[in-house]
Amino acid sequence: MATFTQLTIDALTLGSVYALIALGYTLVYGVLKLLNFAHGDVFMVGTFIGYGVLQLLGGPSNPSVPIWLLITLITLAAMAGCAVLGVVIERFAYRPLRDAPRIAPLISALGVSFFLANSMQLLFSATPRNYNTFALGNGELYFKGFDIGQVRVPLLRIITIGAAILLMIVLWVLVNKTRTGKAMRATSYDREAAAMMGIDIDRVIMFTFLLGSGLAGAAGVMFALRVPTTVAIGFVAGLKGFTAAVIGGIGSIPGAMAGGIILGCAESYTQGYVSTKWSDLVVFSILVAFMIFRPQGLLGRADIRKV
Amino acid sequence: MTDSTPHSSDIPAEGPAVGQDEWVARHAERRVLRWDRLAPLEQRLRVAPWWAWLALFLGAMCLLPAITSSGYARLVGFDTVLYMMLALGLNVVVGWGGLLDLGYVAFYGLGAYGYALLDSNQFHLHYAAYFTIPVVVVGGAIAGFLLGLPSRRLHGDYLAIVTLFFLQLFQTIVTNGDSIFGHNVTGGAFGIFNVDPLHAFGHTLATQHGGVFAVSYYFVALAFFAVVFVALRFVNHSRTGRAWRSLREDPLAAEAMGMPVNTLKLMSFSFGAAVAALTGTLFASLSQSVLPLSFYFVLLITIYTMVILGGAGRQHAVVLGALVIGPLLELLRDPNKSRIIFYVALAVGLLLAFGVSRTFGVIAAATTALGFVCHTIAASVHHSWVAGSSPGGLQHFVSSWLVIPKHLAGWIPPVTYIGVICVALVLTLVPRRVRLVLLPPSLYLAAFVWDNVMLPQSDAARYIVLGLILIALMIVRPNGLLGERRVEII
Repeated sequence: MATFTQLTIDALTLGSVYALIALGYTLVYGVLKLLNFAHGDVFMVGTFIGYGVLQLLGGPSNPSVPIWLLITLITLAAMAGCAVLGVVIERFAYRPLRDAPRIAPLISALGVSFFLANSMQLLFSATPRNYNTFALGNGELYFKGFDIGQVRVPLLRIITIGAAILLMIVLWVLVNKTRTGKAMRATSYDREAAAMMGIDIDRVIMFTFLLGSGLAGAAGVMFALRVPTTVAIGFVAGLKGFTAAVIGGIGSIPGAMAGGIILGCAESYTQGYVSTKWSDLVVFSILVAFMIFRPQGLLGRADIRKV
Repeated sequence: MTDSTPHSSDIPAEGPAVGQDEWVARHAERRVLRWDRLAPLEQRLRVAPWWAWLALFLGAMCLLPAITSSGYARLVGFDTVLYMMLALGLNVVVGWGGLLDLGYVAFYGLGAYGYALLDSNQFHLHYAAYFTIPVVVVGGAIAGFLLGLPSRRLHGDYLAIVTLFFLQLFQTIVTNGDSIFGHNVTGGAFGIFNVDPLHAFGHTLATQHGGVFAVSYYFVALAFFAVVFVALRFVNHSRTGRAWRSLREDPLAAEAMGMPVNTLKLMSFSFGAAVAALTGTLFASLSQSVLPLSFYFVLLITIYTMVILGGAGRQHAVVLGALVIGPLLELLRDPNKSRIIFYVALAVGLLLAFGVSRTFGVIAAATTALGFVCHTIAASVHHSWVAGSSPGGLQHFVSSWLVIPKHLAGWIPPVTYIGVICVALVLTLVPRRVRLVLLPPSLYLAAFVWDNVMLPQSDAARYIVLGLILIALMIVRPNGLLGERRVEII
């Protein structure tokens, strides 16, 4: 039972990271019908921005600000940096291809992903970067927290999961309760008609990339608070994030959250009960099963093709 | 080498032809003045039949060992032939079938691992080549079929993600394959060593002669390339080939016409996978070892760049793409040649943008003058600012023109690198007049970054170049150098 609780906490932490990445995919896919391969690498850049700001603020063992402020600051910095990066990518790599055949932006996205990963390697080398959260306040992020049975739920996990939930609520409000959100939904429903109704499509798409990439930045910091980061994590993280989006139903925001949690559980339980090596296999099987039996995902709408 | 696939070589001014993608046509129109000098040339080459050009090409390729005796250069030639085969295989799936298969490299890996398992001490099997190669090729085709099965109902992006995940899965399996139920199957992260060279009928084709690459492998690879090229050409001109193209142009219409769309997709997957697996056997037999990371994202991007650069959908085009990218990547490894390539690329880029005109001359002169001025200023401030020496070609010119500090402060690489990217992006936005003024300093900054930041790390640098080529191609010329204008792939 203790193992199960432990694994569930891990699953939720991992799942919230995947869910945040998946949200970025799903937002962009909803509006542009574009699979943004570069999203995983934007996430990776986020982990590095967080690391850089952490070092600027004095490093984990001797921070110049209180811990809660430190974590908030690195998260905000990563979100802002990634948001800018996402908007720049959209402006220069995708916008010229807006009306191109579907393959063109896909391949451009592959190129951007490759470019980002290798640029980061060029500038910051391939050595892993560790946030070293143990050193923060003499490990209080790990020792504080509450207990479920005999299992300690560390403060760090609570912060991660809480922040993810908070971000999702903010996103939900943004998309469903604001004018810009309405414009986003309209654009996602029918871009041409939305343009005819006077919606500035370019601005909406820019805003979508801003949101999605910002979430990727937050996910990056949450990820890197758990484990060290390298320049190579973007590929797999992006793959998992997109899988989560597909499982939940692409284009659906609650679906992305559900997909992230499912993926986190699948991975965590496989690693805990079966083997650490084969979690990819389980995730792939889930993906294929969904592709065959429910291609529209858990909460997605079935795809109706217009002829 | 010419393909007699019907396509229009010139775009009528009034708009796209029937069955042509409007966006591509518009794009081609915009670029037709400068870019399409290749198309008329290609037309003229049609005086001879395709097989004559193929024979000529193979003859020219056979001359490589006569030109150079360096084992390294011949090995690069061998690798390039492998790239050409891989590009041909990918062309079946992407160019003809119109399916975005991002797991393609996994089949190459399957081929290599298949050969390695059947011809090494891993299981103490040493089958002859005439057994191993057909088995592996058929195995590859079956694997392609199996991957196609869950994917066949999916179109576009879903297919891309399933196949990409398949590539990741292949990595996971071979990396962890040293303990599958307690058996060591794939050798894990260290791969399989001591794979047999090609052998059949009691003869063994040595991979090395006196410590250098044995040129016989180059000829074997060329022979395989020729077979693959001819076979795929026949397939393309068969009923199946036509059906693939119709599938690519419009899957829905093809289905409505009674085409067995799913079967066609599976066939296209299988053909591509079989070619990749065949190439894998050659790779494994020469390198005598297989490692998981040889078959990963980097290679995938490389082959995609080749296919896109040449022009998806046409065999001779993708071969051309491989012929350009393969050696280019190899040359970029070497700082000597890398620097020369950089300046040549700058010159060619400027020529393409401005033609041989006064503008070109002024910009080139301004950049050169700016360099000498900057160098003089930097030298007079402190001599260590220009005392750095990075190895490379054009030593005399560069050492008196470019600022190369002896010790590069830690902040310089990120700031200048990101700076040069920002400048390049801004240049695309500003009016032409401003752009012309900003161009010389930007070019100088680019040269500074190339020499000081990128040359010391050739590996990352060449992949960055690859990514940039891919992005720029999609924006400037999505149909590649020789591609058909229709590139819609869903």
